[in-house]
Amino acid sequence: MRSLDRTTGDVRDALALAVAVGVVGVSFGALATAAGVPLPLTVAMSLLVLAGGAQFLAVAVIAAGGSPVAAVAGGLLLNLRHLPFGLAVANVVGDRWPARVLGAHLLIDEVVAFSRARGSGARARRAYWTSGILLAAFWNAGTVLGVVAGSAIPDPGVFGVDAAFPAALLALLLPSLRRSDTRRVGLAAAVIAVATSPFLAPGLPVLAGLLGLGAAGRRRTT
Amino acid sequence: MTWPAVLSLAAGTYLVRLTGLLLRGRVRVPAHVERYFDLGATALLLALVAVSTFTQDGGFAGWARPLGVLVGAVAAWRRVPFVLVVIIAAGTTALLRLAGLP
Repeated sequence: MRSLDRTTGDVRDALALAVAVGVVGVSFGALATAAGVPLPLTVAMSLLVLAGGAQFLAVAVIAAGGSPVAAVAGGLLLNLRHLPFGLAVANVVGDRWPARVLGAHLLIDEVVAFSRARGSGARARRAYWTSGILLAAFWNAGTVLGVVAGSAIPDPGVFGVDAAFPAALLALLLPSLRRSDTRRVGLAAAVIAVATSPFLAPGLPVLAGLLGLGAAGRRRTT
Repeated sequence: MTWPAVLSLAAGTYLVRLTGLLLRGRVRVPAHVERYFDLGATALLLALVAVSTFTQDGGFAGWARPLGVLVGAVAAWRRVPFVLVVIIAAGTTALLRLAGLP
């Protein structure tokens, strides 16, 4: 019963995250449409790229008169962080091919954090797939809604969803921050990323955060 | 946006995601390297939290967002349920914006 309660709780939490993702998806659909991206392309982007930051960046580059090549390069740069994320959650996704092939597509920042907050066992695996599938579904449904509703959609900033994501990630990371080496690395990473963000292209400041590993120290201490 | 652009972005993103998953199965790594994979993910996630809290297009995001995140973080620290943390953070930022804070 206890594990059933936990599963229900995990699904509820994943749903909360998915709703926020859906709201941002609506704004993506509306924004892309306003920027002149045709409906099939907007929908295909959400379905196939499935990475909010890169999608917004690519559309912004195009809207500002940039070339498609620049849009793709910027989006890919922003998504490079998913490689080390893959290293970190590979055990949870498993080594069966169907799981890897589909699991790779669902490798979203929030899914990584959501699953890692639940260890590395069966519960983490369920959390990965539950949150991955829910987030993908809401992101795509939101996109379609945004395209259809178009300019009737208010700026999502009004609802404060831009604060919901960092707060949610932070809440998921808090338990791991009880370890002092994780705390040192995390703090260093955060400072480096913010300090470099005025100078570096989007995506690079977050990658520069890896330099925070220099604060890891020699051994695990608690 | 064009079809080739969307498809390249999709394929590139997918390859990056798959590469990380496959690399881990490929190479046997000693425990102390494994620890860096773990710490590295936390470093990237916290860097992401920091950047998305404070910056917008390379500049300062305004106070409403970081204050909302702060209130959400305090709620999480006080063990408020996750769903409420998300709502509290978004609600705080929304109210601050309603009050005229950018």
